[in-house]
Amino acid sequence: MFEERELIIIGGGSAGMAAAIQAFEDGVKDIVIIEKDAVLGGILNQCIHNGFGLIEFKEELTGPEYATKFAEHTRSLGIDIKLESTVLKVTRDLVVTYSSKEEGFISLKAKAIILASGCYERNAGAIQLPGSRPSGIVTAGLAQKYLNIDGYLLGKRVVILGSGDIGLIMARRMTLEGAKVLAVAELMPYSNGLNRNIVQCLQDFDIPLYLSHTVSNVEGHGRVEKVTISKVDQNYQIIPETEIVFDCDTLLLSIGLVPNVNLISNIGVKIGATKGAIVNEQMETSIPGIFTCGNCLHVHDLVDFVSAEGRNAGHGAAMYLQKGQIGSGHAHKVIAGDNVSYVIPSRLDKDLKEDVMLKFRVQKPQDNSFVICESKGKVLKKIYKANLIPSEMETFKLPKDIANSIKGDISIRIEKRGEGK
Amino acid sequence: MKQFICIACPRGCHLKVDENLNVTGNLCPKGEIYGKAEATNPVRTITSTARVVNRDKVLVTVKTSVPIPKGMMSEVMKEINKLRANAPIKIGDILLKNVLGLDSDIVATKNIE
Repeated sequence: MFEERELIIIGGGSAGMAAAIQAFEDGVKDIVIIEKDAVLGGILNQCIHNGFGLIEFKEELTGPEYATKFAEHTRSLGIDIKLESTVLKVTRDLVVTYSSKEEGFISLKAKAIILASGCYERNAGAIQLPGSRPSGIVTAGLAQKYLNIDGYLLGKRVVILGSGDIGLIMARRMTLEGAKVLAVAELMPYSNGLNRNIVQCLQDFDIPLYLSHTVSNVEGHGRVEKVTISKVDQNYQIIPETEIVFDCDTLLLSIGLVPNVNLISNIGVKIGATKGAIVNEQMETSIPGIFTCGNCLHVHDLVDFVSAEGRNAGHGAAMYLQKGQIGSGHAHKVIAGDNVSYVIPSRLDKDLKEDVMLKFRVQKPQDNSFVICESKGKVLKKIYKANLIPSEMETFKLPKDIANSIKGDISIRIEKRGEGK
Repeated sequence: MKQFICIACPRGCHLKVDENLNVTGNLCPKGEIYGKAEATNPVRTITSTARVVNRDKVLVTVKTSVPIPKGMMSEVMKEINKLRANAPIKIGDILLKNVLGLDSDIVATKNIE
């Protein structure tokens, strides 16, 4: 029937490469990476700014430098890397079909699959952007690719909607290349970007940040000519007569990223709160043998955490390939409680062999608080956090002895100091 | 009195630095170092792209090897945009030594074969 391969990794970005390296080190020698681009590295190739690798390499690297280190390591292991190859379909019995410039249409049967396909950007349609649709409305990541890979500056006078990190980084990048960034509008009363990016990318260049503002109109014939922003109330409804009009030629959208899971969601893999798969501590999905990691599981703010998660999935897949099953087959649920938007992993084996790192995000900023891990009302572990913000992923180490001692589901919640129940 | 948001870590402390370079508002020693530097000689790393003359439609990504004075960012960008690099290029290759007479070089951050 189909050629059989041991482990197929979909995506050759930071998650896929780390997964491949770890699986190889754990004894899996027959590994295929399928990557749609002509080079390994994924989104890092267009993230030319620095700040990557402080955890992984103990030095500050740019995106291409970080990607190159992993790509060289991956290549040195002799792993089968298929470039310019797009996966079209994955089946429940682990047949992967891809189209390749060199090979045409190919199907391979895998014993295990790791999905490391990254995320995509929310666009104008996703937020029902008001106004007309002239040329010049572009997602921030696409503008980044045009500028940093292809060398095209998309516009000269720019308004940015959304203060996520990509939007902030692009505000600085386009300014340095000679564009005038007139405003960054953010729907929420706080920025979704890192504080250091607000300082380095906006304040350094006197770019105003309008919090609790959104785009209320886009005008232009052929090309964007005017963008109007308006203040919003606490229910995010536009407040009349608060309009500010900008004469501009470009509107960048930095309004969120969504895990790219189409290949596995349409074969019945269960999807969780992150819009990525529900996984256990080995990054295995609800279909045995299919693993996932990186931005297609949950959107990360640091690539160093993506690499670590990739290794987690690579290790899990190697265990599965060697033993045919992961863990005891019985799992506790991990539930997101007060002011927690999600926890990864969301399933924990009842007989853990290793301590587990729980990863979570808060829904809204909260300071001077405890992160409380509990089961059936009994506190298992409690740590203090001076500051919690949605743009920073938090980690929480749960020792295996504690996790294995409980009988019911586990939850994580945030509690303001002195306001305990 | 100058006020800054510290960028040494994600916490983002609101720093105040007085005329004698006394830093307040920081929750850790990193904030004191950052506050003093920011009040006296703020520096930034520039990352950008430069043209590769002997390859079709290829850009090489670059950075300043050490941070440069914040006030010189746009002048350094002009020098980077004048650059014409020749492949092959290795990560770390110096494409422009001592940009504008500073201690900083413009170095490649990507391999071009």
